[in-house]
Amino acid sequence: MAMAATVRREGRRLLPIISSSPNPSRSALISDELGPQGARSISTQIVRNRMKSVKNIQKITKAMKMVAASKLRAIQVRAENSRGLWQPFTALLGDAPSIDVKKNVIVTISSDKGLCGGINSTSVKISKGFYKLNSGPDKETKYVVLGEKAKAQLVRDSKKNIDLCITELQKNPLNYTQVAVLADEILKNVEFDALRIVFNKFQSVVSFIPTLSTILSPEVVERESESGGKLGDLDSYEIEGGETKAEILQNLAEFQFSCVMFNAILENACSEQGARMSAMDSSSRNAGEMLDRLTLTYNRTRQASITTELIEIISGASALTG
Amino acid sequence: MFRNAPRLLSRAIGYSSSISRGRAMSDLPAAPTVDSAFVEAWKKVTPNIEPPKTPLSFMKPRPPTPSSIPSKITVNFVLPYQSELSTKEVDMVIIPATTGQMGVLPGHVATIAELKPGILSVHEGSEVTKYFISSGFAFIHANSFADIVAVEAVPVDHIDPSLVQKGLAEFTQKLSSASTDLEKAEAQIGVDVHSALNYAITG
Repeated sequence: MAMAATVRREGRRLLPIISSSPNPSRSALISDELGPQGARSISTQIVRNRMKSVKNIQKITKAMKMVAASKLRAIQVRAENSRGLWQPFTALLGDAPSIDVKKNVIVTISSDKGLCGGINSTSVKISKGFYKLNSGPDKETKYVVLGEKAKAQLVRDSKKNIDLCITELQKNPLNYTQVAVLADEILKNVEFDALRIVFNKFQSVVSFIPTLSTILSPEVVERESESGGKLGDLDSYEIEGGETKAEILQNLAEFQFSCVMFNAILENACSEQGARMSAMDSSSRNAGEMLDRLTLTYNRTRQASITTELIEIISGASALTG
Repeated sequence: MFRNAPRLLSRAIGYSSSISRGRAMSDLPAAPTVDSAFVEAWKKVTPNIEPPKTPLSFMKPRPPTPSSIPSKITVNFVLPYQSELSTKEVDMVIIPATTGQMGVLPGHVATIAELKPGILSVHEGSEVTKYFISSGFAFIHANSFADIVAVEAVPVDHIDPSLVQKGLAEFTQKLSSASTDLEKAEAQIGVDVHSALNYAITG
């Protein structure tokens, strides 16, 4: 009787040692079952279920990473080929992000799908920062949003400032005609003195640089070139064709907008795929680590239950013989 | 004056990109690649976030206007999906401006030309490459750099004459039966492009 009591006490002593590992994954498994001595033990079934679901998640995120990598390869080629498109315009007109105009329109380019890291939040933060930069008496700033993710974020606090919202850009493969039609829509519906395009430029698979491109309306270009400053030598250019300089400048501004938009949309799509690749990669790595920890817990639990059984058998046997 | 400007700017502001500092040390009289006024204004409003980059920082700067006329003109011919020619040195380019075919030689006066559908020919020594371009723009800079931006371009030998004839007939017929202004304009554009294509193959 006394010996049974000592063995029981020893058993109770052993249990806490086995199951006292400070495992964070255990905290979610609290379905305490009362064992034979009133001690707690975690069922192996629960750990096994959790391991199965984590393994599935790991497989899914790995597959998403592969898909993003292949999509990135395809679109990266096109984005790099389109990089020459905006350079002639910047070479001619220069770049003046600090130009002071009354009506600014911020075109924010973002993705439709999620799980792509922080690039959409970065674009929205930059757009909001620019909005604050350009707020002042009798100055107007409006948004044109491309993509669901930026729309969701901007609608929350700047709903009345959004002029146009365009989603499902990537339903059909991106091409210049589609972007030209889009640019036409925007130019028809929105009055602007300066258009600012906010997007993530694709530098490499792990680095995306938020970029702001400025396109000035023809009136502002005229004004700046006459007053000197950055566009001062625009006047020295002869104009060929068309009846008036204003008409040519108008066509130039529209063409510039569609070209810069095309490049911006392609670069943003590249950045989206790259960001998704790295997000899914870190996610599958985390899942792998979680799986390792769960495996350890599982083995510990299994061994603990085996030990408990052995103790019971031995104490039962010794109670009979002793 | 311009040579000192980047040096002064990079001294005046704490935030100076290494590019503009490096520029000040080398001898290029070009504008700094970071617009300092913008960066300053940004820092005042949103100090926590880095200011976004602007296209100027991603572009190679263009050389300044040389004092004597160079022997070759440098051509950049870009399309939305490809850079057909990039910084290629050639003798002459003939571009289809809206006022007619325009020849561009080194030392040409700075021009902005709107292009109509037609043939662009690039002359390099004795070889001539001809492309048929749909419209676009051509910028000729004072430093003998020519930028030609077009929406579509095909080498002339890729054009199928039978399809051109068919298209021409179709659009002429559409033009005669067009009712609204928009339809008329569209049909007219089709006729223009196809007759230019026709001229390109035959001429």
